[in-house]
Amino acid sequence: MPGITREEVVHLARLARLELSSNELDHFAGQLDDIIGAVARVSEVADQDVPPTSHPLPLTNVMRADEVRPSLTPEQALSGAPAQEQQRFKVPQILGED
Amino acid sequence: MVDIIKLTAAETAEKIASGELTAVEVTEAHLARIDATDEKVHAFLYVDREGALAQARAVDAKRAAGEKLGPLAGVPLALKDIFTTVGVPTTVGSKILEGWIPPYDATLTRKLKEADVVILGKTNMDEFAMGSSTENSAYGPTGNPWDLTRIPGGSGGGSAAALAAFQAPLAIGTDTGGSIRQPAAVTGTVGVKPTYGGVSRYGMVAFSSSLDQGGPCARTVLDAALLHEVIAGHDPLDSTSIDAPVPPVVEAARNGSVAGMRVGVVKQFAGEGYQAGVVQRFNESVELLKELGAEIVELDCPSFDLAMAAYYLIAPSECSSNLARFDAMRYGLRVGDDGTKSAEDVTALTREAGFGDEVKRRIILGTYALSSGYYDAYYGSAQKVRTLISQDFEKSFEQVDVIVSPTTPTTAFAIGERTDDPLAMYLADLCTIPTNLAGNSAMSLPCGLAPEDGLPVGLQIIAPAMKDDRLYKVGAAVEAAFVARWGHPLLEEAPSL
Amino acid sequence: MTTFTELLSYEDALASYDPVMGLEVHVELGTRTKMFCGCSTELDGEPNSQTCPTCLGLPGSLPVVNAIGVESAVKIGLALNCEIAEWCRFARKNYFYPDMPKNFQTSQYDEPIAFNGYLDVQLEDGEIFRVEIERAHMEEDTGKSLHVGGATGRIHGASHSLLDYNRAGIPLIEIVTKPIEGAGERAPEVAKAYVAELREVIKALGVSEARMDKGQMRCDVNLSLRPHGTKEFGTRSETKNVNSLRSVERAARFEIQRHAAVLSSGGSIVQETRHFHEDDGSTTAGRIKDNAEDYRYFPEPDLVPVAPAREWVEELRGGLPEMPRVRRNRLREEWGVSEHDMQSILNAGAVDSIVATIEEGADSAAARKWWMGELARNANEQGVVVDELPITPAQVARVAALVAAGDLNDKLARQVIEGVLAGEGTPDEVVEKRGLKVVSDEGALGAAVDEAIAGNAAIADKIRGGKIAAVGALVGAVMKTTRGQADAARVKELILERLGVSEG
Ligand SMILES: [Mg+2]
Ligand SMILES: [Zn+2]
Repeated sequence: MPGITREEVVHLARLARLELSSNELDHFAGQLDDIIGAVARVSEVADQDVPPTSHPLPLTNVMRADEVRPSLTPEQALSGAPAQEQQRFKVPQILGED
Repeated sequence: MVDIIKLTAAETAEKIASGELTAVEVTEAHLARIDATDEKVHAFLYVDREGALAQARAVDAKRAAGEKLGPLAGVPLALKDIFTTVGVPTTVGSKILEGWIPPYDATLTRKLKEADVVILGKTNMDEFAMGSSTENSAYGPTGNPWDLTRIPGGSGGGSAAALAAFQAPLAIGTDTGGSIRQPAAVTGTVGVKPTYGGVSRYGMVAFSSSLDQGGPCARTVLDAALLHEVIAGHDPLDSTSIDAPVPPVVEAARNGSVAGMRVGVVKQFAGEGYQAGVVQRFNESVELLKELGAEIVELDCPSFDLAMAAYYLIAPSECSSNLARFDAMRYGLRVGDDGTKSAEDVTALTREAGFGDEVKRRIILGTYALSSGYYDAYYGSAQKVRTLISQDFEKSFEQVDVIVSPTTPTTAFAIGERTDDPLAMYLADLCTIPTNLAGNSAMSLPCGLAPEDGLPVGLQIIAPAMKDDRLYKVGAAVEAAFVARWGHPLLEEAPSL
Repeated sequence: MTTFTELLSYEDALASYDPVMGLEVHVELGTRTKMFCGCSTELDGEPNSQTCPTCLGLPGSLPVVNAIGVESAVKIGLALNCEIAEWCRFARKNYFYPDMPKNFQTSQYDEPIAFNGYLDVQLEDGEIFRVEIERAHMEEDTGKSLHVGGATGRIHGASHSLLDYNRAGIPLIEIVTKPIEGAGERAPEVAKAYVAELREVIKALGVSEARMDKGQMRCDVNLSLRPHGTKEFGTRSETKNVNSLRSVERAARFEIQRHAAVLSSGGSIVQETRHFHEDDGSTTAGRIKDNAEDYRYFPEPDLVPVAPAREWVEELRGGLPEMPRVRRNRLREEWGVSEHDMQSILNAGAVDSIVATIEEGADSAAARKWWMGELARNANEQGVVVDELPITPAQVARVAALVAAGDLNDKLARQVIEGVLAGEGTPDEVVEKRGLKVVSDEGALGAAVDEAIAGNAAIADKIRGGKIAAVGALVGAVMKTTRGQADAARVKELILERLGVSEG
C-alpha cells in the first residue's frame, strides 16, 4: 500500500485548516506514514461483497414534526463569540467566495 | 461514624433518603476529599463548589418538604468535561475551548439534574476524547490513584481516577473505542459502555459520531446500574437514540447470576502483547464463571483482527469533520486576528495553536481517508470491516449469552511511556474497539491485581445490543464472588492518597 | 469594478458552436422550521434571534430531520417525474466557510431522495422542450454575511464581516438538470422557461413561495460550448446565484458569447465560478475550480437513513395538484385566449388571482380585464406582484358584478378599485362612501342629454347630417355634467335617439 509523503501532509493540513510548522510536518509525516501502513490492512476486504456499515443500528426515518421550538436569545447565541458587532458575529475579512 | 466518601452510591442515597445523612454533608465531604487529594491526582478540570452545594441544599429541602426523591438524590458525581453544562465551563480537554461556557445543557446533564444528582465538577480527559491515557489533555495529565506515576487510562481518566480516589462515588464517561472501559480496568473501577443509542449524545461534544456513547462509571456494579437507569432512554434531540424501554439494568444488578449461561471466549482476544498477569487474572475469571455455573464456549471472530485498523480510519474520518466547527468564528479560541489577516488564516492559526498533536494527527489522517481517490480503499473498506465485525458478533451471540475478555492487554503503563508512539498507545484499546464498531454493549469490572506490578486488571463482559441488562447480571455475580474471595472490594488495596 | 470581456456576436457564436447547459436550482422550502432544528424560518428576524445550538453548530449539538422537509422533497421529486429513492442517506459536504456553522453542509451526495426525472417546458411559440432532471436532493442553507469596510458592501476590500445565522439551516432542495443538449440558439430561452416552469411547479405544490427576488429560489447556470458536429462537452463555467428569470436568460446568452469569443480566438475556457451582474448583464470570474477542492463527502452519522415507504409516496403522488403547464393549457382553452396573452398573464403572476375571481362568480373576460389592466398597472407601479395587492379576488368579482349589472361603468369601477386599494373598505362601502353610482334615472339622464344637445348645437347638426363619429363629444359633455356616473353606452343611445339618427 502507498504511504504518505510530506507534500501530501502539507496538502491535507491545508484542507483541514491547520497551519502546521515545518517541524510538525516532518514529525507528523513519519508518524502518519506508520499509522497508514498499519491501517491499510482494511483494504484486504475491499473486494468482498459485503455492504458497508455507516450506522451501528438499523434505524430509519427518524424525523421531527415541523413545529417551532424556542431558539436561544441573541445574547446566548453570541455569548461565546470572540468578537461581535451589531448583534452579529464579527469575523476577519473573508477572502473566498461561494 | 461512617466514612462518607467510602460509601457506595446506593448506600449514600439510602442514608440521605432516610435522613441519616444530608446531601450537603455528603457533598461537603467529597469537596473536602477533592481539596485534599486533587493536587496529586488532577482528576478535575473544574470543581463547581457553589453549584454542587446549591443542588445538595435543594435535595435536602425537597426531602424536608416530603417530596419524592430520585434513586440517586444527593449522590455526588464527577462529570466528564465533554458534556455541555449551562454556566459551567466545558473544555473537552482542549485549549481551543478554554473558557467556553455553553448556553445549553446536554440531555445527560439535564437528566442528572432532574434526578437530583449532585454534579461536583468536570473531569479531565484526553483532548476531544482522543487517547488512552489522559496525557493528551491540554491541561496536564491525571495520575492513577494506584500509582500516581501511571496513567489512569483514557480518554476518561479523570472520571475513573475520581472514583478510585474516592472523590466521587459516581462518574460519567464516554466510550468511542474504550474510553470508559479501559480507564475502569486500569483504576480498578466499573465502567459500562451502553448499547449505541442507549444514552443520548445531545450535548456530548462529538469525537466520532457513529461510535461515541456516554455511560456510567462507578465503584460497584449496582451503582453503575443505578446511574445507567438515570441517564439512559430515548431522546428526540438525538436521531440515533433508541426509542425503546431501557433494559432492566438495576433489576439485573440486584439479581446477579451466571448459572446456566453460556459465556464466550474469543480466540482473537489473546496472544502477543497481552501481559502475563492480565492473562492469568482473566483465566481465573473464566474459571470462576465455570464455578458459578456458566458454560464456556470458544469463539472464532476472524474479523476482529481488522477492528483496530478500521477504527483508526472511521474515528479519525468522523473527527476530521466533527472538529471542523472549531474555526475561531463563533466561539472558543481565536488566534492571530490582528486586523490584517483573513478569516481563513485566523482559522488555520487558531486550530494550529488550539489543538494538540494527537488531535492534529487524527484530523489529518481522517482528511486523508475521506479524500477522493482514497475513500474506497480506506473509509469504504473500514465500513465493510464494520459489517464483518457485526456479523461475527451476531454469529457469536447465537451461541452464547455474553462474551468475556481482558478489558486491556496490559495494566496501567507509566506516564510518558507511549506519548510519542501513537501505534503503541492505540494497542490499549485492542479488546474494546470491536464493541464500538458493532454498537453493542460492554462492561469492565475489576478481576484482581496483576502479580507482577500489583495493578488492577479489568474483565470485559460484552452483550448484544439492547441486552445491557445481561452485563449487570453477569457483572454482579462475578463481583460478588470476587469480593467474597478477596474479603473486601479491590479498591481497599489501593494506597491511601 | 470594470472588466473588459470580449464577446462574439450571438449569431456568430451559434454559427460555430453548440451550447450545452446544466441548471442547478436551489429552492428554500416554506417549512415553519429549519431542516434540522426547531428554529423558525420567518424572514427578516432580528440578527441571530432564530438560532439554537444545532444551527449555530455549537459543540455537542445534533440534527433531527424536519418531516415536512422530506415530504416537500418527495413532492417536488414526483412533480418532476422522478424516481423516489427507497432508501437514502444524508451526507456531509466538508469545506470551510464562515457562513457555514459546522464547516460542513448537511446535504445528500450519491443517494439523492429523487432522481431521473424530467420537466416539459413550453417556449414562447408553443414548442415543448423536455428538460431532463438528474436529481433533487435535500440540504441546508448557510448564514448571511455583511461585509464591512469595503466600498460597496462587497466582499472585496472589506475589513471584516458580520455574520447572522438566522438563515443557516433553512431547508433547501437542490434540483439539478442533466446536460441540456439540442436547444441550440434557444438555449437561453430554454433556461429561462425551465426556471419559470420549475417555479410554477414549486408554487403549485405549495412547498415554497419561490420568490427569486427574496432569494428563495436561486439558479446556477453551467454552460459550455462544443463545435458543431462534435459530441464531447467543452469546459464549463458556472455562473452562480442568478436571481431573476430575465437574468437566467441573459447569463446564458452572455456566457455563450464569451465562450465563443475565447474559443474562436484559440483560447481555452477556465473551469471557474462566475458572478452575474444585473446592471450590464455580464459575468466576471470568481473562484477557479481546481482539483484541490475535495469535499470529502461521507454518510452523515448523526442522521439515520430516510426510507420513504412506497404507500406513502403513492399517497403523495395521488395528492399532487394539476401541473401548471397542463392547467395553463386548460385555462387558455377555457378562457379562449392566445398563447401570447396567456404568457402575459403568466408573466404578471395573475393566473391564480384570475381563477379565484372567476370562482367568485366573475366571467373570465372581466376577471382577466381587471387583473391584467388596472391591477397589473397598480402592482407594477408599486413594485409588487398582483396577488400582493390589498384586494381580494372576491372583491374584484364584486366590482365585475356591479359593472355587469350596470351599477358601475368602467370608469367608476376603476375608482372603486382605487378606493379598495387605498383601504377605504369593500367595493360596496367605497361605492357608498364616494357616492359612485351610475346615473340610471332616465329622467335625469334625459335632461342632461337635452342640455348637452342645446349647448352644442353645431355638433348636434353635424350628427344629424350623418357624422355619427361626432357623438363622442356630446357623450363627453354628458359624462362631465354627471361627473362620470352615467352609463356611456346608454347616453350615446339617448343622444342618437333624440337626434333621430341610427347607427348604420
Ligand atoms: Mg448544493
Ligand atoms: Zn436552530
